[in-house]
Amino acid sequence: MRQEWAEFLSGHWEKEVNVREFIQKNYQPYDGNASFLAESTKNTKELWEQVSQLNKEEREAGGVLDMDTKVISTIVSHEAAYLDKEKETIVGFQTDKPFKRSLQPYGGIRMAMKACQDNGYQVDDEVVDFFEKHRKTHNAGVFDAYNEEMRACRSSHIITGLPDAYGRGRIIGDYRRVALYGVDYLIEDKKQQKNSTSEVMSEETIREREELSEQIRALQDLKVLGKIYGYDLSVPAKDVKEAIQWLYFAYLAAVKEQNGAAMSLGRTSTFLDIYSERDLKNGTYTEEQIQEFVDHFIMKLRLIKFARTPEYNSLFSGDPTWVTESIGGVGIDGRHLVTKMSFRYLHTLYNLGTSPEPNLTILWSTRLPMDFKRFCAKTSIDTSSVQYENDDLMRVTHGDDYAIACCVSSMRLGKEMQFFGARANLAKCLLYAINGGVDEISKKQIGPRYRPITTEYLDYDEVIQRYEDMMQWLAKVYVNTLNIIHYMHDKYSYERLQMALHDKEVTRWFATGIAGLSVVADSLSAIKYAKVKTIRDENGLVIDYETEGEFPTYGNNDDRVDQLASDLVSKFMQYVKSNPTYRKGVPTTSILTITSNVVYGKATGSTPDGRKAGEAFAPGANPMHGRDKKGAISSLGSVAKLPFKDAQDGISNTFSIIPGALGKDDQVFVGDLEVDLSL
Amino acid sequence: MDAYLHSIESFGTVDGPGVRFVVFLQGCPLRCQYCHNPDTWKIETGKRVSAQEILDQYEKQKMYYRNGGITVTGGEPLLQIDFLLELFQKAKKKNIHTCIDTSGITYRDEDTVYCQKLDLLLSETDLILLDIKHVDDAQHKVITGQGNQQILKFLNYLNQKEKLVWIRHVVVPDLTQDEQALYQMGLFLAPFDCIKALDILPYHSMGKIKYQQMGLVYPLENTSDVSIEEAIEAKKIILQGIKDGRKAQSLLSTP
Repeated sequence: MRQEWAEFLSGHWEKEVNVREFIQKNYQPYDGNASFLAESTKNTKELWEQVSQLNKEEREAGGVLDMDTKVISTIVSHEAAYLDKEKETIVGFQTDKPFKRSLQPYGGIRMAMKACQDNGYQVDDEVVDFFEKHRKTHNAGVFDAYNEEMRACRSSHIITGLPDAYGRGRIIGDYRRVALYGVDYLIEDKKQQKNSTSEVMSEETIREREELSEQIRALQDLKVLGKIYGYDLSVPAKDVKEAIQWLYFAYLAAVKEQNGAAMSLGRTSTFLDIYSERDLKNGTYTEEQIQEFVDHFIMKLRLIKFARTPEYNSLFSGDPTWVTESIGGVGIDGRHLVTKMSFRYLHTLYNLGTSPEPNLTILWSTRLPMDFKRFCAKTSIDTSSVQYENDDLMRVTHGDDYAIACCVSSMRLGKEMQFFGARANLAKCLLYAINGGVDEISKKQIGPRYRPITTEYLDYDEVIQRYEDMMQWLAKVYVNTLNIIHYMHDKYSYERLQMALHDKEVTRWFATGIAGLSVVADSLSAIKYAKVKTIRDENGLVIDYETEGEFPTYGNNDDRVDQLASDLVSKFMQYVKSNPTYRKGVPTTSILTITSNVVYGKATGSTPDGRKAGEAFAPGANPMHGRDKKGAISSLGSVAKLPFKDAQDGISNTFSIIPGALGKDDQVFVGDLEVDLSL
Repeated sequence: MDAYLHSIESFGTVDGPGVRFVVFLQGCPLRCQYCHNPDTWKIETGKRVSAQEILDQYEKQKMYYRNGGITVTGGEPLLQIDFLLELFQKAKKKNIHTCIDTSGITYRDEDTVYCQKLDLLLSETDLILLDIKHVDDAQHKVITGQGNQQILKFLNYLNQKEKLVWIRHVVVPDLTQDEQALYQMGLFLAPFDCIKALDILPYHSMGKIKYQQMGLVYPLENTSDVSIEEAIEAKKIILQGIKDGRKAQSLLSTP
């Protein structure tokens, strides 16, 4: 056994890349409470002080402090950068200076230029010239292949947020592999994979061989990145500090080359806990030191930054990086996967203060240990910075070594990846069904010239029939558009480092998405249970609706309308599945517009449910604002009925509640029948 | 027998133990100045709904109410006692924890038919939240438009029946936020063993918007909200009254 692996339990993981088995053989579930946790050190406080100052300066500068306009970012493009070299235990920045945003033109040179311009910078002429004349980008490739219909759908916003001008993201490299095996081992493994490809040079084999070569080159670059900071990543990490550092370098290499819509971290805490338990036992490090490494690691993750345009930021409401880290969950052998490291990650929200990034996500199970549940609840109440996902639901399909990319997309680490696919606007699709494919805002013929509805009042059976036809058309354009996007992304902006940290054979989830679910469900309900009158313009185009009478609305645990919502999800998924997908991607869909619901709503005319033109949709699978009238449980009851099997890429429900509505302040009220009113 | 329903809250956390399915019935004989639900006042209006429909809704999400149950409030739920009886009889058959949130104003000790019904209802009721607006009859009239004699008698009756009672009391500047009155209330409550908890609610003006929407004049236009600290303070005074009262009582009963 290698000396870095001393004291670890042996297994297949020594002979093959198998991080999951390493974890299962070696981790110690922790059932205790949070009392072992250490406060932030003096160095951590001083570093964070420095970061806070830079944050302030960045805000005052209008959101961007510095941008690289000349050096194209690669894994090895920049010299080392530090906040304070003496104090940092975990090092590495994306460029040669903290807070300086990197230049990443491979997704699209125009987007890179615009991101600079909008923030008051100018991309170097030579770089522009190079990418306009000599090196094609993903964006340029996509527009070479788009047809008229796709362009029309794009500009009328029936398909929106497509990753055709920016990085698709949503691919999580198994960054833990670098810490466990060292880069040399991984390069050897990739070389063997390359040697084992078919000898018949089909298009597929050629692509595979080229990609594996790119992956090997990326791994070699990763070692260089280590050297720039004075570390030798060719060998496995020997303790927890190195394991964190190795893992972070692997992640850093990914974000140096990909400005993806979501650049998530994976599921690293319990893996790292194996190292920290060994170090604690051997007296290598103290709890305080280990917490300091974790604090500094998380601090670095908070400082991941990308060059983006104001439009991008308004679509996603801010400047999110989606550095999602999945914590907890339960193993398929029944042991929970909570370790001390899970606590330490959450504890950074106290040691460094609250933050939306990294997006700490608890894989929640009813079987998590009680003390951990309590700690999660307390951290949520104190910091409002914790996301929760249902592990009991996802474990069934993804096993116990999956992680979340972005906010809800689950994938098995190193074995599955996703082609991110933005969203189709199903509310607009309903309006197209009523108006025979004519856009209600631009009044242009966008969809197929199907027969429009000409009656004054909408008839449910007629509408649903037209709607299904129109959805079928939409699914076809949508999937084909995505096929082009992912073909070109692989060709011109391949995620070589992230894919180097995957197996040779990976499952590619072909993600699609739905916007406007509750709008459509309520609209169909209004048509079915009330009377909906059409208001037409001078050309007979329906531009508004008048609804007479009451109708059940989604969000009240009422089967009459909830069934309409469920059927909609299943139907759309069925239509998506009937189209061939690029690289045999397995179709999934999500209902998760967390912020972009506002933008989608703006681009959509009035709908039969009474929503007026331009009004925001509800986020994700939420009921429309104010239409859930029976409180939280009934509201969530409607959401819970949506079929996960047809929306495996995730269903999100944004829920906020004032603390008082969660129960009485225990100082004012002692509600259990235990009040001592005696003498 | 159908109820006049105001609304339903599926996630009630402040009206009894645990997470509760809270049924707001329509109609109330009181006109409390600080009422934040004036839309529940009018009687014999609202949505008609049967006990079975209410229970069906409850059953669909009963897994959330494992440590809770049903609370019926209003309005004044005891105005619809026949419905309440049917609902709770059905609920108890399913082992659901039942709770009534009432002002006690409908109690008529001289009305034997009513008292028989009430006896039956209480046998199906696990907990009463009794809202005492003020201990002084005259001041009670100022606040609610009616005196408190029936309410205080109702408490006595509940005590005889050995029902579990939680007392609720709203602290409102000028109306109830008065050291003397709070202490007196504590003294008054002292002898009742049925009281198991004291829930002191700080006044807030969030109901104002409803008055505007209904075209009503808001009676407490110039009254400011009560802070949690002030509510804690008020609770301490009442508790002191209860303790002093019980001490005096035990001295009296010592031979």
